[in-house]
Amino acid sequence: MNKALLGLILGGVLGIFDGLTAWFTPAVRSQMVGIVIGSTVKGLIAGVLTGYFARKVKSLPLGIVFGLGVGLLLAYAVAAMPDASGKHYYWEIMLPGGIVGVIIGYATQRFGQPAQTAAH
Amino acid sequence: MNRWLSDSALDRLREVADTPDLEGTRYRLVQKLGQGGMGGVFCVEDITLERQVALKALNLPPGDGAWSARLLQEARVIAKLEHPGIVPVHDAGTLPDGRPFYTMKLVQGKRLDEHLAAVGNISDRLRVFLRICDPVAFAHAHGVLHRDLKPANVMVGPFGEVLVMDWGLSKLMRAPRGNEEPATTSVIGRVGPTTEHGAVLGTPGFMAPEQTSGSTELDERADIYSLGAMLQSLVAEVHAVPRALAAIIRKAMAHDRRQRYRSVPELAEDVAHFLDGLPVKAYPEADWARAWRWISRNRAWILLLLAYMITRAVLILLRPR
Repeated sequence: MNKALLGLILGGVLGIFDGLTAWFTPAVRSQMVGIVIGSTVKGLIAGVLTGYFARKVKSLPLGIVFGLGVGLLLAYAVAAMPDASGKHYYWEIMLPGGIVGVIIGYATQRFGQPAQTAAH
Repeated sequence: MNRWLSDSALDRLREVADTPDLEGTRYRLVQKLGQGGMGGVFCVEDITLERQVALKALNLPPGDGAWSARLLQEARVIAKLEHPGIVPVHDAGTLPDGRPFYTMKLVQGKRLDEHLAAVGNISDRLRVFLRICDPVAFAHAHGVLHRDLKPANVMVGPFGEVLVMDWGLSKLMRAPRGNEEPATTSVIGRVGPTTEHGAVLGTPGFMAPEQTSGSTELDERADIYSLGAMLQSLVAEVHAVPRALAAIIRKAMAHDRRQRYRSVPELAEDVAHFLDGLPVKAYPEADWARAWRWISRNRAWILLLLAYMITRAVLILLRPR
């Protein structure tokens, strides 16, 4: 499995899980479907970007930092959108989003097939 | 004789007598590399191909047919073992002075024991050991026992290539008969210097007990013992050898060969598993130890997932009600 695909799958799975945890917040339970879809898409984007980065740059620290950055950035984009009452959930979204980015960054650096060099 | 010639003159005479006559051959003597019991190894230049090679020649008087045949047989056996970890033979024949010879790749590197002086990391040492196992397993698969495996007979090249040298004591085995035994043991031919029935050949400390006792019924488990002894020497400087690794060494060096690994790949697999933090056959472990090893191997994953779960739990607990 190449690194981009690994990132995509891992990001998707963690995104679904991340979205499902919204069930513990009664105030947003009515928007569960939208949250899960949004969270999954966020995970997929973070996964594929981090996986692609891992194909190009072979460095565990840089991979983790890149994953963290992408995770935080995407989570910020989601958190910047207020709920129906106008409230933002920066901590609730950005903290786990950052950790998901770190996990994907770590996994794509450690596992998955690196990009193959074409023979000349 | 000593009454007429000084020691230095005698040494010079011996040197001249040992020097192979390369007149009329494609080789030109560069320097002597080493001296064995019955022959010498020389660095020579192959004039045709314009490269330096190693030339091994008997230093016995011409006409010793048995020795000549055995040197040629040694060359033929090594030539058949085409493996990156075995020095390739380039040429074989008889020199103008009647001495048989063969030429092989000139390995410019360090002996394993010298190389390891600069390698302190146990994992790196074990990786070198695994690369020694490859050519030995290959030779066994072709029915050849080395019989003199020791650090001094392994060379590490400048690019990290590992070569098993000195197959002068190697021995041909009969082809395996099915899978019930690791290899059959009857000798059908000998490659190295003459081995009288029951003669002891090898290096003390690295020889299997059955080899020490002069048994002719040797099989690949004799080489496995030697590999175990090499492994032991590789970790000799380690203060606390991990239990699993110590168990691998014990199993490889078991006095009763039936208790040893059945094949070199089996030994190599255990060492590779040890390196990867996986269970090894030589060391059955308790469930808690297995679980702890699994946690140790996956601690980064576990810590990341724990961090995620804890974060999630904290956020859920602190959510506004």
